[in-house]
Amino acid sequence: MAATISLSELAVGSSAVVREFPKAGPAFLRLREMGLLPGTPLKLLATAPLGDPLEVVVRGYRLTLRRSEADAILVEPSGR
Amino acid sequence: MSASTPPLSNEPVRGSAGSSRHTPIYALVGNPNCGKSTLFNALTGLKQKVGNYPGVTVEKKVGTAYSQHGQPITLIDLPGAYSLAARSPDEAVTRDVLLGRRADTPAPDRILCIVDATNLERNLYLVHQVLDLGRPVILVLNMMDLAVQAGLEISVDRLEKELGIPVIPCEAAHGKGLVELKVAMSRTDLPLPRHSWTIPAPIAPAVSELQASLVDNNGKAPLSARAEALLLLTDQDTVRVAGSKPLGSKTLAILQSWQKRWEAEGMDWAASLVGSRYDAIGRLCATVVRTGVKDLSSVNTSDRIDGVVTHPFWGWMVLGTIMAVLFLSIFTLAEYPMTWIDDQVAALSDWVKSAMPAGDLRDLITDGAIAGVGGVVIFLPQILILFFFIGLLESTGYMARAAFIMDRLMNKVGLNGKSFIPLLSSHACAIPGIMATRTIEDPKDRLVTILVAPLMSCSARLPVYLLMIAALVPNDRVPLMTKVGLMIGLYGAGFFGAFGFAWLFKRTLFKGEPPLMIMELPPYRLPRLRDVFMHMIERGGIFLKRAGTLILAISIVLWFLASYPKAPEGTSEQDQLVHSFAGKAGHALEPIIKPLGFDWQIGIGVIASFAAREVFVSTMSVVFNAQGEDDEDTTPLRDALLAAKWPDGRPLFTPLTCVSLMLYYVFAMQCISTIAIVKRETNSWRWPLFQLGYMTATAWIVSFVVYQGGRALGF
Repeated sequence: MAATISLSELAVGSSAVVREFPKAGPAFLRLREMGLLPGTPLKLLATAPLGDPLEVVVRGYRLTLRRSEADAILVEPSGR
Repeated sequence: MSASTPPLSNEPVRGSAGSSRHTPIYALVGNPNCGKSTLFNALTGLKQKVGNYPGVTVEKKVGTAYSQHGQPITLIDLPGAYSLAARSPDEAVTRDVLLGRRADTPAPDRILCIVDATNLERNLYLVHQVLDLGRPVILVLNMMDLAVQAGLEISVDRLEKELGIPVIPCEAAHGKGLVELKVAMSRTDLPLPRHSWTIPAPIAPAVSELQASLVDNNGKAPLSARAEALLLLTDQDTVRVAGSKPLGSKTLAILQSWQKRWEAEGMDWAASLVGSRYDAIGRLCATVVRTGVKDLSSVNTSDRIDGVVTHPFWGWMVLGTIMAVLFLSIFTLAEYPMTWIDDQVAALSDWVKSAMPAGDLRDLITDGAIAGVGGVVIFLPQILILFFFIGLLESTGYMARAAFIMDRLMNKVGLNGKSFIPLLSSHACAIPGIMATRTIEDPKDRLVTILVAPLMSCSARLPVYLLMIAALVPNDRVPLMTKVGLMIGLYGAGFFGAFGFAWLFKRTLFKGEPPLMIMELPPYRLPRLRDVFMHMIERGGIFLKRAGTLILAISIVLWFLASYPKAPEGTSEQDQLVHSFAGKAGHALEPIIKPLGFDWQIGIGVIASFAAREVFVSTMSVVFNAQGEDDEDTTPLRDALLAAKWPDGRPLFTPLTCVSLMLYYVFAMQCISTIAIVKRETNSWRWPLFQLGYMTATAWIVSFVVYQGGRALGF
């Protein structure tokens, strides 16, 4: 498996596949329920003007999450 | 109403209230931004009732639709939810109504699930949970036109076959598909969903055990109990709302023992349940949806707009422009209807005065009732304008972007981006600002926003500031910049006060997890004016109904306090006020406010201005007997204030007193209308009284420090 980085390190405009995810906590369960699961492809579309939160495209819609959550999500970049 | 009731469903066990009802009850369920309100409006038209679920500040919307045969159908518009594993009171109410946990709302006979066809996978997650309930479901595929544009080909027949329920393609915004939907809703033989998915093997025994316990101990129907069991396992920190029946202790014990066992095994049961639902949805979508090329990197219109809106420079420009327009509209546009309302109220009161003999009753009608009603109605223009803009921003999709952009800043004091617009609007008036906090899902965030909103300097403080600035720098040749600088300082004090207290409250009273910012940024869409106007009118009506009566009652009390006991015949207005309860209260208050540099006459102004802050100015002109030619001209009043003296001959309105008084008005909660709306929005007297207490205490302390400090420094 290729190297993983955290979602917050992903370059704006690039795509990746979610690989790992913390177990506990309501935030991560909600992210799963919003369709962000290990194996899900995503694209980091933009960040807010102040750099946080992030805007990602997942399952065909735009989702926001803060860097504090994105830090803990490991993704495998799949190029632009 | 027709007496012949068609059999509603073939569900084996029914809720207790189900058997004798005549009107079938449908619940409308869907994700936020899927067009649920548009569909609800289209189905029910103006036949809607908006109320509250008792005990929670979640709105209850119920409407009546008519079947193809003209028979009424009750439609409950449940709050938008992404999942039945609730994360907010809104979602908790949706969950609890569907599970029949609420005494105030019967469990629906049938469920109308609406999904955004352009975003089927995530929308189907909630549908997947709803199908578990084992009730008849109709699936509405909304925004079919946009799905076609996006190159999605959805096989409705296949979806119907897979799920075993009617699936109605629809464009609620254009009224397309409504007839077909009504035909389906009128069916007496709605089938139960054919819904099977594989519960992960290690979890299955727990689901069966919980299901059995819910059936045996809580009298639930088997399928509904199974759905509830599944939800209990994903509800990690169950959001409980008042008015919902709590879980039985036996069931809770079973749940906890399973959770303990899994924790010891290191199993993530909730994640594996979510995962298997998405697996099932993925398989379903693979058979019913055909996409051209599923390309994540393709750029569409919304992406292009987002490129500008979230741009490090243009993003701020767009936000700044939109907020400036919103703010100026509330501030200036509302001025015209407000003046008109003022004039009409005055004209009505003059007419009553000319038509009735003088006396207590006439005064009660004109100065108590009519003035009180006027004091309520006067808020309507600002409320309507704000909610028109909020409706516009929401239906275009910009509202979520404003929260997105502001989140970083708001996060610094522990709030999230959604608090921004309510706080900004509070600069015009805290009443609409507080009403706008309904968009904040997190109850703690919402409460903190409500608590600090009145610190944002509102337009009613402006007359007080202007009068005090005039008294402070009486020389007309003082550069304008000095006055502007003072004004900015006062607004700044309120702003930093609000954010400071938000920070403090989030660290003390409302400690806990920082609020999440996990939400959808909906695609940009053209606003639907019909929905925007309906939303606006609904807000205005809610304000009149919920807060109006309370504001009216308190204004009459305040009028009474300023008018009784009656002074002897022939005394002036000034003496009458001094003689009244309010005048006596001003005297009684003097020892408390003297350290701030205020005498009893200012005390009367402070008490009278609880009706509204700007009343301070008119009260001062009565107390100091300084009425100008017209209300706008404050020069005579300014001169009278500058001539006013303490009994020992010192001037009363020294520069220091003026500053102290201005700062008092920055922080003090001098507004019964705000108290009334906070009472309505928080459902208790606890928070408005707390707010009154902390704001008044802050105002007193700030004024005390400034006044006494200033004196010590020799001002």
